[in-house]
Amino acid sequence: MATMTGSTRAAAPDAAPPPRRGRLLATQRRAGWILVLPAVVALVVVTVVPILYGFYLSLTSYNPVERGGPRFHGLDGYVEVVTSGAFWQAVGVTAQYALGTLMLAVPGALGLALLVNGRFPGVALFRSLFYLPRVVPLVAVSMIWLWLYSHDGLFNYVLDLAGLPRVAFLTDEDTALLSLILMRAWKALGGGMIIFLAGLQGIPKTLLEAAAVDGCGRWRTLRHVTLPLLVPITTYVVVVDLIYLAQSFAEVYILTAGGPLSSTTVVNMLIYNEAFEHYRLGNASAMAFLLFSLIFALAYLNIKVLSKGGRR
Amino acid sequence: MTVTAPAPRVGRTGWRRTIVAGIAALLVAAPFVWMLSLAFKPPTEVFGYPPALLPDAPTLENFRFVWDSTNIPVAMANSLVVATSTVLANCLAATAAGYALARIDFRGARVLFVVVLASAMVPAVVQLIPLFLITRGFPLAGGNDLLGHGGTGLLDTHAGLLLPLLVQPLNIYLARQYFLDLSPELADAARVDGAGELRIFWRIYLPLARPIVATIAVLSFTGAWEDFLWPLVVVSSPDMQTLPLALSSFAGSGATQYGPLMASTIVAIVPVVVIFIAGQRHFVQGLGSGGVKG
Repeated sequence: MATMTGSTRAAAPDAAPPPRRGRLLATQRRAGWILVLPAVVALVVVTVVPILYGFYLSLTSYNPVERGGPRFHGLDGYVEVVTSGAFWQAVGVTAQYALGTLMLAVPGALGLALLVNGRFPGVALFRSLFYLPRVVPLVAVSMIWLWLYSHDGLFNYVLDLAGLPRVAFLTDEDTALLSLILMRAWKALGGGMIIFLAGLQGIPKTLLEAAAVDGCGRWRTLRHVTLPLLVPITTYVVVVDLIYLAQSFAEVYILTAGGPLSSTTVVNMLIYNEAFEHYRLGNASAMAFLLFSLIFALAYLNIKVLSKGGRR
Repeated sequence: MTVTAPAPRVGRTGWRRTIVAGIAALLVAAPFVWMLSLAFKPPTEVFGYPPALLPDAPTLENFRFVWDSTNIPVAMANSLVVATSTVLANCLAATAAGYALARIDFRGARVLFVVVLASAMVPAVVQLIPLFLITRGFPLAGGNDLLGHGGTGLLDTHAGLLLPLLVQPLNIYLARQYFLDLSPELADAARVDGAGELRIFWRIYLPLARPIVATIAVLSFTGAWEDFLWPLVVVSSPDMQTLPLALSSFAGSGATQYGPLMASTIVAIVPVVVIFIAGQRHFVQGLGSGGVKG
């Protein structure tokens, strides 16, 4: 709305004589600011100020239930968090969760991409089907898997059929994290597949033909031509997914609430509990910034290491 | 013209692939198939063991139950309000900002772009706690005075739910990349004709940017629809729950009723799938020219 009224106002004076260069630039500049203004206001209120405020909070001790505001105590909160077992345990769980998911999802997605790269009956349908879990909201996916993992659910039925004892997938300390990983990998397949598919379709046909002329079989072409060419795109998939998975929360909250015995307490779960169950907002903020720096370092390292591997 | 190359035909390997893909599809689709199966089963069959794939007596009873006696319809309405507002805000503000950053040379544009990029990289959890406090202390809202004291601010309101979704840095970035690819000559021509800058954006570039607007619409809708952590923090009354929250509390309420739960899950899935299919053609195009895949 604001843009529309603004546009008529700005257009009117310009309509008559062609304006001089200087004035034109001035109106351009003004228009630039008018166009970015709504976004800038929102960005400042919702992102910039919260990040700065959050950093301040991370240097304080703050319980919103008690009287009085945040009490500044410098790096004490960080020291407390870094020396506590809980934080590093959560980092470990998050790392296992993210890496476990990727170890299943990346090869799976690559396999699916190789499968649907080409023309065969029903290929379009298969592509959409494989992509479907990616589109469906994570919370909805969690609901479905809640049943799959339940006592009388599909997985226990399969175990019954195989003559194996039933498993309390989500409430057994040994299987809870694995169960989350399996679900998340299933959900991640489609997104990875689409990106790998784009990568596969970007490989020049001539390279594959040259390999065939040189007598490379299908497997050797795959190993020595296709896969090396996919390294950069794999880097991209891994880095983006790692950053995303490191921030997992909804499925953990719904399926296991971080339990049993913190075996699935990922960092975001810990931060949520610290802030909204124990009302330690200062320490929770410190954890958030530590997570941020870990993610940042990880992404940076990944890009460095993996892109070097691709150039070789 | 004579046909020189043989028309593409389906060889044996083609059908073999179809079979392999079919098996993979069965595995990938299995959870959805069981969701559908449970949603249309009468309560007596839901807990039947072994679980049967096809209901003996398919029924809409679960959907009726969800409609009549759960919080899902209210949550659906809330989710729709939040998601459509998010779409509108992002399609207008983010595209306008993206356009200005790409096409207009104004003081501070560079710094602004760096701020946009940087804030796109910060994990949402970093903003969570301060944003909660800002929402609670929002001036003159929810019984607050001018300094944000005394009341609950925007907690437990639609505005509060909407706050962090209003303008997403990634959308500004995508819009900017798209506008960079459009020819600047159109604007020059329009300027010669005496059109104002805002009119050039609104009348010339925005209509050309339909693919990226569609992309931003799809991304913001699905993002708002799925959002879980923020609503969990900001909502306290059942009347304000969004669908993910309602699903989660439904699932957590004692003995889980899987029939109605799966019916609600379907209700939560259908809108995003529809939006996605509707926007798909533009969506792929928009991301392609934005230089970002996925």
